[in-house]
Amino acid sequence: MTHRLHFTLNGQAISHPCDPDCRVIDLLREQMGLTGTKEGCGTGECGACTILVDGTPKLACLMVAAQLDGKSVETVESLEKSEEGRKILQAFVEHGAVQCGFCTPGMEMASLAMLRSGRPLDRMAIRSGLSGNLCRCTGYVKIVDAVAQACKGTDR
Amino acid sequence: MRPIFSPQSLPELFSIRNAHPDARLMAGGTDLLVRLRKQPADDRPLILLERIEALQRIETADTEIVIGAGVCFSRIATGECATTEIGVLAQAAATIGGPALRNMATIGGNVCTASPAGDSLPALYVLDASVELASAQGTRIMPVGEFISGPGKTQLGENEILLAIHIPRKRPAWTIQRYEKIGKRKSLAIAVASMAAALHLDENGIVHEARLAWGSVGPTVMRCPEAEEALLGRRLAADAIEAAAAFVPGSVRPIDDIRATAAYRRRVCANLLLRLLDS
Repeated sequence: MTHRLHFTLNGQAISHPCDPDCRVIDLLREQMGLTGTKEGCGTGECGACTILVDGTPKLACLMVAAQLDGKSVETVESLEKSEEGRKILQAFVEHGAVQCGFCTPGMEMASLAMLRSGRPLDRMAIRSGLSGNLCRCTGYVKIVDAVAQACKGTDR
Repeated sequence: MRPIFSPQSLPELFSIRNAHPDARLMAGGTDLLVRLRKQPADDRPLILLERIEALQRIETADTEIVIGAGVCFSRIATGECATTEIGVLAQAAATIGGPALRNMATIGGNVCTASPAGDSLPALYVLDASVELASAQGTRIMPVGEFISGPGKTQLGENEILLAIHIPRKRPAWTIQRYEKIGKRKSLAIAVASMAAALHLDENGIVHEARLAWGSVGPTVMRCPEAEEALLGRRLAADAIEAAAAFVPGSVRPIDDIRATAAYRRRVCANLLLRLLDS
């Protein structure tokens, strides 16, 4: 029984036939062609596949397509379309926060959720907000620097 | 392909279960989907619990706090549910996985998975929590320590679901609540050993009541009544805590595994108790 999935993907309404038990990471990458979202561990231990579902960070490797019905999904591809997203992208570039780049989409989506939360973000809060995202290259300092810059002036 | 059902209410859930007795229940999916990936031939239907409103409630009543089985750990960790009263559970919730995982993983899933390393379990034991189980025929309540009968084993009946966790409100409130976890990292780590403690001290700082529980060091949560008793009537100082800690290595039942040796775990369990000195 192929399921017709209705959801919003990066602001666009989607109606898509797919297997309801298809993993969201596979749906995004293989069927939607959005290969920005990465699969790292596939078991919820690295955060590379972090996406936002109704604004909340979730792991695309541990969700099935049926869970997206009626939801709004944002992936790393949406960042360039918003001011806060562009702020994050620019800060990552300026601080050299990207090395191999595999963790970057997840890091940036976790950062987007932090920025939008309106919480005051000191370096400890940023580290805690990124604590579900592993990076094996940078040592994290430049990533935290980038998020700290992106957050400047966004505290509400 | 695996059929997927997404009921919106309990009656709908029970009728789907009736029609598909082999179906599995999925709460947050953070354990189940990892396990199912290793079994590609398994095509038993999945029933998603996340859209059932009745599982999402957090209620503070006169005598108890009720947390729906579908409540995710980020809600428990961030104080929506009177975290000062059940602070040890909030502290435990904050150590689970990372932020995105905590937005998915649920307390009901953690209890029903009944892993020896389940992070919320020691906290639920010291808070004297009970589970409310529901079927189409009605509900029943039992202590969490009775519900979990072994590693991965619970008393959940075939037609039942875990509806909610009930935590009695302690009067007067616990003076000290602490959750400590030892893992490879602070985040995204399975516990090598964990400890939950709830203590009531009188106005002179004398321990009146002590409840202690350890995780990841036995088939289920381990208690140590001798250590609890050793604290009673004493000031929470190094000598009392050391006396209590002496009972711990002999009470827990850890194994050697990929994360640590049994000997290390026995020692670290006792040492975790010493962290109460920082209270």
